[in-house]
Amino acid sequence: MTLTVVCFSIWLCLVSLYGLGTCLSKMAGADGDDSLYPIAVLIDELRNEDVQLRLNSIKKLSTIALALGVERTRTELLPFLTDTIYDEDEVLLALAEQLGNFTMLVGGPEYVHCLLPPLESLATVEETVVRDKAVESLRKISQEHSPVDLEVHFEPLVKRLASGDWFTSRTSACGLFSVCYPRVSSTVKAEIRQHFRTLCSDDTPMVRRAAASKLGEFAKVLELDYVKSDIISLFTALASDEQDSVRLLAVEACVSIATLLPQEDLETLVMPTLRQAAEDKSWRVRYMVADKFSELQKAVGPEITKNDLVPAFQNLLKDCEAEVRAAAANKVKEFCENLPEDSREQIIMTHILPCVKELVSDTNQHVKSALASVIMGLSTILGKDNTVEHLLPLFLAQLKDECPEVRLNIISNLDCVNEVIGIRQLSQSLLPAIVELAEDAKWRVRLAIIEYMPLLAGQLGVEFFDEKLNTLCMAWLIDHVYAIREAATCNLMKLVEKFGAEWAQNTIVPKVLGMANDPNYLHRMTTLFCINALSEACGQEITTKQMLPVVLKMSNDQVANVRFNVAKSLQKIGPVLDSNALQTEVKPVLEKLATDTDMDVKYFAQEAISVLALA
Amino acid sequence: METTKLPPSSPSSPTTGFSVPSAEKVDGFPRRSMRRARQRRSHSSSQFRYQSSQVELTPLPLLKDAPVAELHDLFCKKLQQCCVLFDFLDCVADLKGKEIKRAALNELVESVATSRGVLIEPLYPEAIKMISVNIFRTLPPSENPEFDPEEDEPTLEASWPHLQLVYEFFLRFLESPDFQPSMAKRYVDQKFVLQLLELFDSEDPREREYLKTILHRVYGKLLGLRAYIRKQINNIFLRFIYETEHFNGVAELLEILGSIINGFALPLKSEHKQFLVRVLIPLHTAKSLSIFHAQLAYCVVQFMEKDATVTEYIIRGLLKYWPKTCTQKEVMFLGEIEEILDVIEPSQFIRVQEPLFKQIAACISSPHFQVAERALYFWNNEYILSLIEENCQVILPLVFATLYRVSKEHWNQTIVSLIYNVLKTFMEMNSKLFDDLTASYKVEKQKCV
Repeated sequence: MTLTVVCFSIWLCLVSLYGLGTCLSKMAGADGDDSLYPIAVLIDELRNEDVQLRLNSIKKLSTIALALGVERTRTELLPFLTDTIYDEDEVLLALAEQLGNFTMLVGGPEYVHCLLPPLESLATVEETVVRDKAVESLRKISQEHSPVDLEVHFEPLVKRLASGDWFTSRTSACGLFSVCYPRVSSTVKAEIRQHFRTLCSDDTPMVRRAAASKLGEFAKVLELDYVKSDIISLFTALASDEQDSVRLLAVEACVSIATLLPQEDLETLVMPTLRQAAEDKSWRVRYMVADKFSELQKAVGPEITKNDLVPAFQNLLKDCEAEVRAAAANKVKEFCENLPEDSREQIIMTHILPCVKELVSDTNQHVKSALASVIMGLSTILGKDNTVEHLLPLFLAQLKDECPEVRLNIISNLDCVNEVIGIRQLSQSLLPAIVELAEDAKWRVRLAIIEYMPLLAGQLGVEFFDEKLNTLCMAWLIDHVYAIREAATCNLMKLVEKFGAEWAQNTIVPKVLGMANDPNYLHRMTTLFCINALSEACGQEITTKQMLPVVLKMSNDQVANVRFNVAKSLQKIGPVLDSNALQTEVKPVLEKLATDTDMDVKYFAQEAISVLALA
Repeated sequence: METTKLPPSSPSSPTTGFSVPSAEKVDGFPRRSMRRARQRRSHSSSQFRYQSSQVELTPLPLLKDAPVAELHDLFCKKLQQCCVLFDFLDCVADLKGKEIKRAALNELVESVATSRGVLIEPLYPEAIKMISVNIFRTLPPSENPEFDPEEDEPTLEASWPHLQLVYEFFLRFLESPDFQPSMAKRYVDQKFVLQLLELFDSEDPREREYLKTILHRVYGKLLGLRAYIRKQINNIFLRFIYETEHFNGVAELLEILGSIINGFALPLKSEHKQFLVRVLIPLHTAKSLSIFHAQLAYCVVQFMEKDATVTEYIIRGLLKYWPKTCTQKEVMFLGEIEEILDVIEPSQFIRVQEPLFKQIAACISSPHFQVAERALYFWNNEYILSLIEENCQVILPLVFATLYRVSKEHWNQTIVSLIYNVLKTFMEMNSKLFDDLTASYKVEKQKCV
């Protein structure tokens, strides 16, 4: 881009804007028709100095186009927009998005090619976000082209982009081949294949990366013969590119390509490359293989999985780079699940489990916690006996891990084991682990374990819960971190939903209400928050007889925050109460609070009165 | 652009590393303090797989004792010996071997640096092979995925005791008076240079420092590689700007470029102008600008000093990418603008003064006092002041309303008194214009009320 071009486009943009804007204002004025006036304002804003105003206007572009009508949109608005390409990237992004939905506004599929010039310019800008959006819109409108228009207008655009001299246009071209390929004649198809081939060996790595990331998608629209003749050689070349950022993208393509090929060709056409990727010298490529392992496994089928992928997976689980081990550990369950049934158990027991055992005591905590998030899933695959004999010791070891995240991951997946061997097997080790997490110095850890309480309660049963965990749940209510107290309140509500109102009445309501007399006002407020959360689950009886009196009594609290929370609580529990209680008990208290000396108390009392319709 | 910059959609996601553990992102924000608390190795080594069957090293005779006839042969043997790699993460493994290699490397460095006539043709491939085997490796994933070069300690390369000597050897090799570019270019080829450039991403600043000097020497001595090196640096920068936003060696590469630009021939080739407009200017959008801003600004100013006609590209580019939310970056931009104005030609100044002073006025009214202060400091610069004075008719109307308003409103006393000084300067420059503007400002204000 030379300076003259920039200046010229700014000049053009001003000229055409003035033209369009003033012309519209005149139209609006001359006809005495005010309906176009807002449009004139919008167009005015397209040239405003303030980016935000330009942006607003661009976002309402469809309104402008609608008002101008299809013809003027084509002949005036679009040429103008094509020239605004030198603008803030934010504005361009909005423009690129808008144009993808413009087909009807330029007169339908017959005229959709009018949208190509502005989108073509947008597809060449530097900023990735804008370019990607332009490509997305181009892909969208390509579907609205007739086969003829596709060859006359769209395909030449793709060609121009593919042979552009700056890398941005070539990267954009990579995303467009697959949308036009299926709908053009065979000569054009051959040209498209040739262009794609050229871009795969482009000398800038940015373009090769773009091509590699679209290789799978392009392969899907090609005829099988061309997949074998063209795609495979490109795939092999990209997979041995000098830059690892290109090689790792070939791994993704590998999944699509392997799915397309008949089983008998996989061994010769795909496997040599895949084997090489799994042992690549760059950990990024090995990471990618580990990350895509389940997809690869499905794509190559059971036989190759048994012979090739099992040893490859073992190696990845033992990789020297923790990042790779963690990615592989994440896939353990899925990989085992998808093994062919006839040999599944044997493969897991002899090949996978030994590696898993080592990972339990890995030096890296991310690896251990990745494993902890899936390891419980193995119990359903291996069945009761194997779980008790082989997996249980691993679960127990992870429950005692020094890193809280590992323990949390185990606890959060307890339901899988519960189905197979029942949770009782674990409860003896579970309890110390839970207690330790519940008292962890980091409040985020405490918060995480609270969130699993309802699940645990459901699985361990009410008795175990009352005996061992209830005290913990109550202790969280007086935690010194608000987020914990809040979560604890919410937890109580979920427990009541699980165990029922009667349980609540006997075990937690008395304790919660007892806190109303606590010397610390924060604890007194917690009582109110608990009542807010519990009233609905506990029902009218308990709310009216036990909770309401306590709330009403607290309206005399000397701390204003408590008093206005009383007002809020009354508003919240009002719908649960009967009208008698509302009129005789709640109303007088709220009326008194409405005359409080504190303005917040007054405000919330009045709000409660009007919401409960007590005025 | 930082307001719209989305995470790069590049699929090379592995570089982003581990996701933040769930326990730490309950509220969506990973906590620095928690990251800190994480156990961390202080060293990392990136040699992927050590040779499975470790060769037992035996000490060879000293080079200085060798008879002249056997010197080259012995030198070669030492080079081969140094191709053996050791595991430095296990610090007690094979201590004897490590010591033998260290001694050999030391001797090689010493010999290349001091004695003449050692570097004969057959040694070139052996030397380059030894260097390649030792330094070329895939860099390990960062220990800390949110590594912030300004705040965090870098992870140091564990094998540095050997690596440093290898780099030292390479440097002495390139600097030796016996060094023959015509022989070296067969081995130091494009592929070699590409791998060398990738190493600039190393987190270890000691390694980057060596690489910087070495690449500079290569650029200086191997003329055939110059265009290629520039192109590959371009690619690294473009990837950094538009794809990953992560590369540790940007500052070092810019430093090399600073001196390369200095040597550009005039008139500037379009390749070089393109580099300025499409790479150097967009580099200003990077989140981590503060790490390499000094080097970047130096490069930009170098370009201007070479060819004044690029001034307008530069200023308009900076204005386009002016930070919208990050005041720290705004201060850096203002600093760079001052460096540019320091050497700007008056004729070029006139071309950019309007948009530029609109931006400066916006900075003066920034509620962040450091931004306002930095902008007002321009009036302390003699040369800038003379440019303003010459173009007072244009500039004063652009900034007057802002100065007047901010002088009444700013919360910070320093800013208010700086503005009074600026207003005073303007009054002395052109009292007639100043009075007119004051009058019309008051009328405007009256109207608004």
